[in-house]
Amino acid sequence: MSAILHRIDGVTREAIAFELDGRACSALEGDTVLTAILTQSARLREAEFSGAARAGFCLMGACQDCWVRLVDGERLRACTTFVEPGMRVRTGSLR
Amino acid sequence: MTARQFVIVGAGPAGMRAAEQLVAAGQRPIVIDEARRFGGQIYRQPPAVMQRERRDLYGFEAGRAAAVLDRFESLLPQIDYRPDTLVWQIEANTLQLLHAGRTHTLPLDALILATGATDRVLPFPGWTLPGVYTLGAAQVALKHQACLIGPRVVFAGTGPLLYLVAWQYASHGGEVVAVLDTAPALAKLRAAPRLLARPAVAAKGAYFVARLRLMGIPIHAGVTLLKADGNERVSTLTWRARGTTHTLECDAIGFGHGLRAETQLADLAGCEFGYSNIEQSWLPTRDAAGRSSVRGVYLAGDGAGILGADAAELSGARAALAALEDLIQPTSMERAAQLERETRPHLGFRRGLESAFALPPRWAAEAPDELIVCRCEEISAGELRTCVRDTGTRELNRLKALTRIGMGRCQGRMCAPAAARLLADAAGCSLQEVGRLRGQAPIKPLPISLLHDEAPSAFVPEDEDD
Repeated sequence: MSAILHRIDGVTREAIAFELDGRACSALEGDTVLTAILTQSARLREAEFSGAARAGFCLMGACQDCWVRLVDGERLRACTTFVEPGMRVRTGSLR
Repeated sequence: MTARQFVIVGAGPAGMRAAEQLVAAGQRPIVIDEARRFGGQIYRQPPAVMQRERRDLYGFEAGRAAAVLDRFESLLPQIDYRPDTLVWQIEANTLQLLHAGRTHTLPLDALILATGATDRVLPFPGWTLPGVYTLGAAQVALKHQACLIGPRVVFAGTGPLLYLVAWQYASHGGEVVAVLDTAPALAKLRAAPRLLARPAVAAKGAYFVARLRLMGIPIHAGVTLLKADGNERVSTLTWRARGTTHTLECDAIGFGHGLRAETQLADLAGCEFGYSNIEQSWLPTRDAAGRSSVRGVYLAGDGAGILGADAAELSGARAALAALEDLIQPTSMERAAQLERETRPHLGFRRGLESAFALPPRWAAEAPDELIVCRCEEISAGELRTCVRDTGTRELNRLKALTRIGMGRCQGRMCAPAAARLLADAAGCSLQEVGRLRGQAPIKPLPISLLHDEAPSAFVPEDEDD
């Protein structure tokens, strides 16, 4: 599934390596976890009830629809957390 | 000079100007903000690592943004500024804070709430699909992350933000498929006299529309949004105008219907609420100076009622003067009167906006049963209607108890305007009569690891070197 977010030109930064669902990926310094994921994919999580894909909604920490998980089990809100080198993110079910 | 503990929650235009006023009176206010950088949503600053021009970020408002951001920055040595900090509870003149995974308590003498707003959303089926965002979110993606939702994007709903965001996307190379305004074109003509209370702002709105038209972007008014479809992500938006149904292909949708004041902290502080006909919602009551019904609690900016960024600067400064007057000594009434006078055109303009961008009056009656109203727990319009029919409930908190609407992680921030309208429609009563969702602490999810903290510690500022 192709990306939802597309970068505008002219804002250059250093690359950051992270892992998305076991796959080596690259983000940019200053990216939120949400941006890091949605510049290469179209899903952040699955809804707890229907299992439907979700990709956030408000991007300002209000709707709580962008919580993702790290492989160690830690949960974080993707729109207000900045991606860090070596982060290992899982977008599977939180159930 | 007596030192009293003034605390401001929110570092948008209202909070920043409140801080400035307190510093001018010799105080050292604490400014708490959830974001990592000050500015609020309207003047949201990208991470420092991105080098971006303010003209590019804030467009026509670049001068205004620069004035308030630079002023606040210059005052930082005189402010106890605490970014990245959530206020999750207010009790007995004490705030409960969350910062860096730990909770802290903060006692205070005066509290200025400048909590801002989020998009007001009247959803359509398919709004939970990946690719569908609020207008505010579309703007945050651009301002804060230098990204566009898309590539092909439809902007829909109503409100000034609809045209502003569409223009920002179009001028940053975004592929705007269409702008679909749910308010009728005639409404804007009727509202024109009131909008001329702020002619420069009205002119900017007209400019965005003209530029979008020049770029060949279709703009339709009087639209009903029917549904978004897609497999795993949005691929089409179906809408109706003048009896004809249309389907547009797109990769993303940004939508919203004006703004909704963020009032949960005022609620937890015990402020009295009253029904606002302009906002069509319950808001904490305040006097012209920003005093709430609770002694020592002041309300400013869009969090107290939507008047926009310029009015927020005025109400922030005014609330700070009121707090100073109440706690320290009488202040300059001349300055206070001037701030109140300058606020007046904003009130008239707001009435104009509410009629120019009127909410779809038949939204609740026409919302299909299968519409998901609560995105947290996937509760449908049909479930709400069934509950109203079976139990006869006419009150929003009762509906919440029975169906869990508004009880999910967002605590009703996204679904409350829709749920209240559906309840009023199903129960045959007014929006005012169904009431409002009560705020509950914690207002946002807290890490359960906090339970292992020995005791909530008093906040120790990280640098006390001044």
